[in-house]
Amino acid sequence: MRQVAVVAFAQTRHSADDEGLSEPEMILPVLDEVRERTGLRRFGFTCSGSCDYLAGAPFSFVSALDALGAWPPISESHVEMDAAWALYEAWVRLQHGDVDSALVYGFGKSSQGDLREIMTLQLDPYYLAPLGLDQVSFAALQAHAAGADRAALDGIVWRSRRDGRANPYALDLPDPEGEEPEVGPLRPYDIAPITDGAAAVVLAAGDLAWELCERPAWISGIAHRIEPHYLGMRDLARSASAADAARAAGVGKGHVDVAELHAQFSHEEIILREALELPDGTAVNPSGGPLAANPVMATGLIRIGEAARRILDGTAGRTVAHAASGPCLQHNLVTVMEGQS
Amino acid sequence: MTPDVRNTQAEHTLEFPGGYTRSTGPVIGRFLTELRDGRLVGVRTAAGRTLVPPLEYDPETGDAVTGEFVEVGPAGTVESWAWVSSPHAGHPLDRPFAWALIRLDGADTALVHAVDAGDAKAMRPGMRVRPRWRAERAGHVTDIESFVPDVTMIISKVRTEYRVKPGLSLARFLEGVAEGVLVGCRCGSCGKVYVPYRLSCPECGVAVTEEVTLPDTGTVTTFAINNLPDPRAPEVPFVSAYILLDGADIPLIALVGGVPAHEVRQGMRVRAVWVPEEERTPSMSNIKWFAPTGEPDVEL
Repeated sequence: MRQVAVVAFAQTRHSADDEGLSEPEMILPVLDEVRERTGLRRFGFTCSGSCDYLAGAPFSFVSALDALGAWPPISESHVEMDAAWALYEAWVRLQHGDVDSALVYGFGKSSQGDLREIMTLQLDPYYLAPLGLDQVSFAALQAHAAGADRAALDGIVWRSRRDGRANPYALDLPDPEGEEPEVGPLRPYDIAPITDGAAAVVLAAGDLAWELCERPAWISGIAHRIEPHYLGMRDLARSASAADAARAAGVGKGHVDVAELHAQFSHEEIILREALELPDGTAVNPSGGPLAANPVMATGLIRIGEAARRILDGTAGRTVAHAASGPCLQHNLVTVMEGQS
Repeated sequence: MTPDVRNTQAEHTLEFPGGYTRSTGPVIGRFLTELRDGRLVGVRTAAGRTLVPPLEYDPETGDAVTGEFVEVGPAGTVESWAWVSSPHAGHPLDRPFAWALIRLDGADTALVHAVDAGDAKAMRPGMRVRPRWRAERAGHVTDIESFVPDVTMIISKVRTEYRVKPGLSLARFLEGVAEGVLVGCRCGSCGKVYVPYRLSCPECGVAVTEEVTLPDTGTVTTFAINNLPDPRAPEVPFVSAYILLDGADIPLIALVGGVPAHEVRQGMRVRAVWVPEEERTPSMSNIKWFAPTGEPDVEL
């Protein structure tokens, strides 16, 4: 296995409203930031993650290439998923051994449409989508199946919002209040906020990582697993695929200083903590997590970036990042990163 | 003036006119075809589990399912649910409803659908539901408009009409009431005074012959505050009380009014409030209620 590390990470100061920037305009500053930090202008491979349904325009990811400088032709790919999976594709590409660097970015402006309705479009077209089952509703089904304790959920939201206020990139959200459910048992504050934003990560292999960065965040394990799509075929109270991915990535092989979890609903944190078997001493989502900023299609990549940042800046030795896709945590990607002295 | 183009905003709709045409394949197609006929079927896996709705593969193993379809339901059991208090335009119902995971009888997996239960309080694990079919079915998962709870309770209406006569003693009492007088009686054997008037002493079992007229003042011995409306009561809450008329040995039940309900107490002195003379009939409605006299309370 080729040693690959995160050597740079940048994200936008995320916004709750459309600030009038086009997607390339939103992406360009974060690309500039990681280019500046690494000194690289060209990369062996480039991969992005986004979803055209967020803009409602086909091939919108292609126009986003305007921020990249794609001439002369570059080696480039795209996943119609969170950019955490673009990072996975880049990691696999670096395993080939012929290129040493990769640029990964993801972006999403979920303020442009109705995210609840857009996420209905990811459901199967025969059994679920025709019912109009929306994102908050299927999450509420999972929250009820998990039997999440209200006080525990409130605690997660309070902590996430407090940590988010201390994170200059996250949204400045007030402490939660109100008891009126959005879709029972979920309350409005159990749901990640509508957010526009982007993020970029640079991966480097072997010696190049040491050249670009003082303390690379080495990827010691990365794996993803998926479960059946149809909600009624799964035990929604648990995430078997997150647990499998965590085992395959080797989460339990050492202490975990920080875990960044892609929990877009407060109950998902409870399910994921159990699946990843995180010890009590692990700081979960110190960035505030998705409940403090959720730029859809970049949120999972930001978890990797935030977990890597704590190794890059020397405040953590071993961290875990989790990204999710599909309804009710259907598909989970777990990345373990470590610093080396 | 330069227009503020930065704040310009345009509406934009993404739509596939007429919708996508999708082939269903033999597994999903069979389910939807049976659905159009008002039947629910599942498909068997090699391991013998019944998947509802049918998938082409066994979610446990990824192997292809068998070609065996079995009828399931139509009733099923709710395993879990989420309550939608404000339905969206795309939702199957335009009133509050539940999304539910429903395990149809004979199935090993749960179907996701809407339950029209009226109120979130009606939802409980293990709840039994049945499909409510659309009259016009097309082979679509929405051929089931929603599921509805099984019948576990009914309202049975009871109403019969009677013609009632008061009997001799009550007729005599009501004659008095019509004139604004409370007629009672004294037992010649034990000496007890009863009101309303009666023809025999319930203690001694002997005929009573002595008629007595009682005053319309008395003392509250016990009372109840009623919070449910009653056609015979003037307002809610109202107080019904036992009132021991002065000189009687047996209390009379009547309303107490003219005083806030929480101020009524045992030992309170009260007097009947009669309706005006021209409105009087041989009925207890001649007495609007008993109202406090303002006298000191009586030790009971």
